[in-house]
Amino acid sequence: MLELIKHTDIDFMKLKKYAFAFSGVIVLFGLYAVFQIYAGRANLGIDLAGGTAIQVRFAQPVAMDQVRQSIAGGGFPEASLQAVSGENIFIIKVSARGKEERMVGEKVVGLLREGFPSNPQTVESVAEIGPAIGKKLRTDAVFALFVSAAAIIIYLAWRFEFKFGVAAALATFHDVIMLVGIFYLLGREMDLLFITALLTIGGYSLTDTVVVFDRIRENIRLRKRSTFSETINLSVNEVLSRTVITSLTTFLACVALLLFGGVVLRDFSLALAIGIIIGTYSSIFVASPIVAMWRGEKMIQVKR
Amino acid sequence: MGKSIWGRTTLIAVLTAASIILVLPSLTDSLPVAWKEKSPKIHLGLDLQGGVFLRLAVEIDKAIENTTLRYADDARAILREKGIPVLAMAKNGIDGFSLTLPPGDFADRAMKGLKEGVGTVDYTLGSVTSSGATIQARMTPGEVQAIRANAVTQGVETIRNRIDQFGVREPQIVAEGEDRIVVQLPGVKDQQRAIELVGKTALLEFKLVDEGASVEEALKGNLREDDQLLYLKNVEPQTGRATKTPIVVRKRAVLTGDTIKTARVNFQSQQGGAYVSLSFDNRGARIFDRVTAENVKRRLAIVLDDTVYSAPVIQERISGGEAQITGSFTPEEASDLAIVLRAGSLPAPVKIIQNVSVGPSLGRDSIQKGIRAAFIGGFLVIGFMLVYYRFAGLVADVALVFNILFLLAGMSALEATLTLPGIAGIILAIGMAVDSNVLIFERIREELRSKKTVRASIDAGYEKAFWTVVDSHVTTLITSMILFQFGTGPIKGFAVTLSMGVAINLFTALVCTKVVFDYLNARRPMQTLSI
Repeated sequence: MLELIKHTDIDFMKLKKYAFAFSGVIVLFGLYAVFQIYAGRANLGIDLAGGTAIQVRFAQPVAMDQVRQSIAGGGFPEASLQAVSGENIFIIKVSARGKEERMVGEKVVGLLREGFPSNPQTVESVAEIGPAIGKKLRTDAVFALFVSAAAIIIYLAWRFEFKFGVAAALATFHDVIMLVGIFYLLGREMDLLFITALLTIGGYSLTDTVVVFDRIRENIRLRKRSTFSETINLSVNEVLSRTVITSLTTFLACVALLLFGGVVLRDFSLALAIGIIIGTYSSIFVASPIVAMWRGEKMIQVKR
Repeated sequence: MGKSIWGRTTLIAVLTAASIILVLPSLTDSLPVAWKEKSPKIHLGLDLQGGVFLRLAVEIDKAIENTTLRYADDARAILREKGIPVLAMAKNGIDGFSLTLPPGDFADRAMKGLKEGVGTVDYTLGSVTSSGATIQARMTPGEVQAIRANAVTQGVETIRNRIDQFGVREPQIVAEGEDRIVVQLPGVKDQQRAIELVGKTALLEFKLVDEGASVEEALKGNLREDDQLLYLKNVEPQTGRATKTPIVVRKRAVLTGDTIKTARVNFQSQQGGAYVSLSFDNRGARIFDRVTAENVKRRLAIVLDDTVYSAPVIQERISGGEAQITGSFTPEEASDLAIVLRAGSLPAPVKIIQNVSVGPSLGRDSIQKGIRAAFIGGFLVIGFMLVYYRFAGLVADVALVFNILFLLAGMSALEATLTLPGIAGIILAIGMAVDSNVLIFERIREELRSKKTVRASIDAGYEKAFWTVVDSHVTTLITSMILFQFGTGPIKGFAVTLSMGVAINLFTALVCTKVVFDYLNARRPMQTLSI
């Protein structure tokens, strides 16, 4: 029998103050990032902020500065440029100015054609999002985040008990905020796919939490230990191996996506991969300790 | 026990056969025609096959305003016929106007004449003083409502007509809400042309040039009330440079594009420049005949969407009901112009508020990379399970293959759209699919450690892990359902593959793998288990 994690006996409840301190700092930073996003000072994708994004492939290598000059000279000094490593591809973004519905894709492409007549370009994709649609997509995204949080609490409260449900939801919230903070720190673009990753991670990180909670519930029924903290420690140790392995298989799939899935999905799979690690961490170090602190040490019977 | 094994095996066999029948048409083209054409298929999203997604905002207020102005013109014409002078006409909101009459006994006669006309405008007599009278006119709410509804449905119809003539396979043009139109053009190559074709209002008008008006004064803003300043577009054939010359024309169009019967592309023999020739229907031909007869030696401007394409001098009366639009067009431009003129103008201008275009090369690239990532991810997961759980891992791996097969079959059956994030959803589902088996196998290992028999351990493992598996799947299902509800196209694709993958996994991980173990245990209980 091959075992990555042999029988363990780690006192997770004792480690909780370090975990809480660590999580606290990052979550605070994540909240700061959320505030920055709200204030419009983050790298939002044009699908959320409104604007134009163009992906152009040049036939021959070209210096980024030259591309920047020809676009800035044509009246778009605020355009941001991103080169795709290893290929002659540039992603050019022009943000929307206020409420004006501005479709500038054609103009920017025209500038490139004029600026590099001997270096033909292929326009691989154009996305132009008016501010009204950007706003709608933004509110939809926020709404989706709240609805799923509520739905998850309700489901877990029904399957376990209310305090488990809230603790799991808090842990999920922790994961999502942490992921936002890390992406903000890395300066990565946050677009609709990132929101999708947030929701997916929200759902997935619960998988691990549920595995731990199931075991805690079982051990409470069996009365294997006399105090709640001990029960939690026992349960987490018992399921540690499967928690890590389930995450590992999904993590492997995400890494394949990250390395081989192409430009469009790169940030998305990065968010998923980081999220899976965070989710595993939080189900061990965050979710169960919250339940313990809230319920106290009494071993009252739980549902089912 | 023996019987239920066969029952379950049969179920799995039937599902597998059905799945293969469903999936094959999406994977290969070399199938019997009847099979290929009748069976549902997985569609590729615009991000994978390339194409254009447009969301248009219909400027309905503009349509209402235009109709109001037309009614105002009609009202003046009626009054003119009855010999009632009109001092001034003023707009009053988007759906109303007012007419000022000179002093005298005109008011009552005017009201009588106007009310005999169309019933879609309400006229009320305003103040009657010694200095004159005003008549207030407002469109009825029913008429405004009709214009609103028509602006979108007619717009959808017109755009569909244009796209059909342009030639796009399986275009989707639908109204969205009260004032939006969503246009999806999969696989279209010449994207910029397609976008222009969709977005053009294509309102063709023939307007007389006001020869008496001074262009210099007009540029300063001094314009007669019934005149307007437009620009004549001229393209230098050699250099391709476009110049714009200001020109003053009458506001009132003598003829509009809705009287066009056909429009064709023609070529001038010498320079090879393309132009569009029009022929009018009977009504249009009659009006054109009258207008040209009345205005010989004057200029007639041909105006498309407020740009003057040419303003030729009318040399003589034109009776054949034919006209030409010249303007140094390229063959493509002329062909597109002919299309929009045949399909008719949009009842209201549209504004593109969202445009997502993906070139065919990027789409191909995305598919290749997505499939490669799926295979690599799949092999990583399959390899890991084999190494870690040996025989049991093999069982889980086979179940994983079934999982993917059923997922693709389900998508074919529902004719779901596969997008790039959808491929990511499949890859993620692959990673999550074995999770259920990990939970079960770990539980079996635990039971084995407590010195139970192999058979009892397997049964206990499946039984005790059941609810854990269900619980952990349901949370993922909840979030993907919500993503499906709120997500846009590509993200919907992600929600579809992830949620279907996870739901199907409940069956493959819990039922399919258990059958294998039950079968091995059926005749003689297993003594050892490689797990």
